[in-house]
Amino acid sequence: MNSMMEGFLKAFSLIYNLDRELLGIILLSLKVSGTALFISSVIGVPAGAVIGLKKFPGRGFIITLLNTFMGLPPVVVGLFVYLLLSRSGPLGFMGLLYTPSAMVAAQTILALPIVASLCHSAIVAVDPIIGQAAITLGATPYQKAITIIKEARYGILSSIIAGFGRVMAEVGAILIVGGNIAGYTRVMTTTIALETDKGNFELALALGVILLIISLVINSALHLIQKKGTVGANK
Amino acid sequence: MKLGLSVSNIWKSYNGNQALKNCSFSFNDDGIYVLTGSNGCGKSTFFRMCALIELPDSGDISYFSNGKMIQKDLELKRRITLLLPKIGVFNTTVFKNIAYGLTIRGIKRAESEEKINKVLEFVHMSHKKNQNALTLSSGETQRLGIARALVIEPEILFLDEPTASIDQKNTEIIEDIILRMKNYHKATVIMTTHDMQQARRLADYLMVMNNGLISAA
Repeated sequence: MNSMMEGFLKAFSLIYNLDRELLGIILLSLKVSGTALFISSVIGVPAGAVIGLKKFPGRGFIITLLNTFMGLPPVVVGLFVYLLLSRSGPLGFMGLLYTPSAMVAAQTILALPIVASLCHSAIVAVDPIIGQAAITLGATPYQKAITIIKEARYGILSSIIAGFGRVMAEVGAILIVGGNIAGYTRVMTTTIALETDKGNFELALALGVILLIISLVINSALHLIQKKGTVGANK
Repeated sequence: MKLGLSVSNIWKSYNGNQALKNCSFSFNDDGIYVLTGSNGCGKSTFFRMCALIELPDSGDISYFSNGKMIQKDLELKRRITLLLPKIGVFNTTVFKNIAYGLTIRGIKRAESEEKINKVLEFVHMSHKKNQNALTLSSGETQRLGIARALVIEPEILFLDEPTASIDQKNTEIIEDIILRMKNYHKATVIMTTHDMQQARRLADYLMVMNNGLISAA
């Protein structure tokens, strides 16, 4: 119990003194996950919107596939990206294995189905009367689609935040493709795993506290967005 | 030029149930046309066809101006509007809800603001301008629907059961708004109601729909 308290005290001291190593790890984590989320959103939001708004052959299969991929095990994604980027793999010539770019690729694969699938759900949840109202007021089909997307904006934001939550907490995939190299590919979750193995709990606890704070901020944002999005029902 | 409507012999069925049977109707005069009939007799279906939201199975719906038939394109669709019983409120302020029809027509805010304020005053909702429209009561929501339709100055305004789900006090307010619409701008109002008393209070021309057929009252 004493060593745990000691660990917590040292962890808060590291946070309070803005330890350089700690800051470097946090910034790299945010950079990798932020970039992965940006790419996932740029692809996932329009993809989710098209699937939600358009009827086309194979749509049901794509929705099932996206829902399945939402629960992709990170180590399987890590293995898949590893095989792609390893020297003998099809993309080995790019020399990306054990770089932050490889970590971004793995996290993008993890976040993309979440963003696309939840974005699709947000769009199909919009009351069909909204589209009809837009048409009766003189909207073109394109304007109608934009109106529906705007109505789903809180749900779309929630999908992006959920994607961020997934990649920030992820450890398996980035450990495999990033290699956990100090000062280069070491991020919060991989550091926690490594330092815990070494019995060096101060840094692990400090990062754990910061991860929890980030998670709290994400969930608070989600709660606020959902609250704003449910002002009242359509009459 | 005044917009006229001619509906000839339209038929419509859904999953084998005949909603409209050989319906015909025409007008080219200002005023309030009221189509009455019991619930489920086909009034809403008829309105959706007239407002070009849905196509009939057979028969013809034509709009004409100055004796010439008009093509059923976006330009025509923007000269008419249909207010549905459930209006479809956008999750934003009352002001932005009303601005919608003007925004999609490319009208800038500076130009539209005066029109919106005028229409808000017309439906007695100036004080609700910045309120989120989803927090309005049912009666206010219906008035918002009328304001949203009026601001785009349609030549023909279809009102489908505008007082179906609201209390007596709000019904009186809406009826007063409908009667004042004639002087607001030269729109022809065509509305449905299942309330015969209300139909008599509002109608310049009264029609009855029964089993998918329209006849003059």
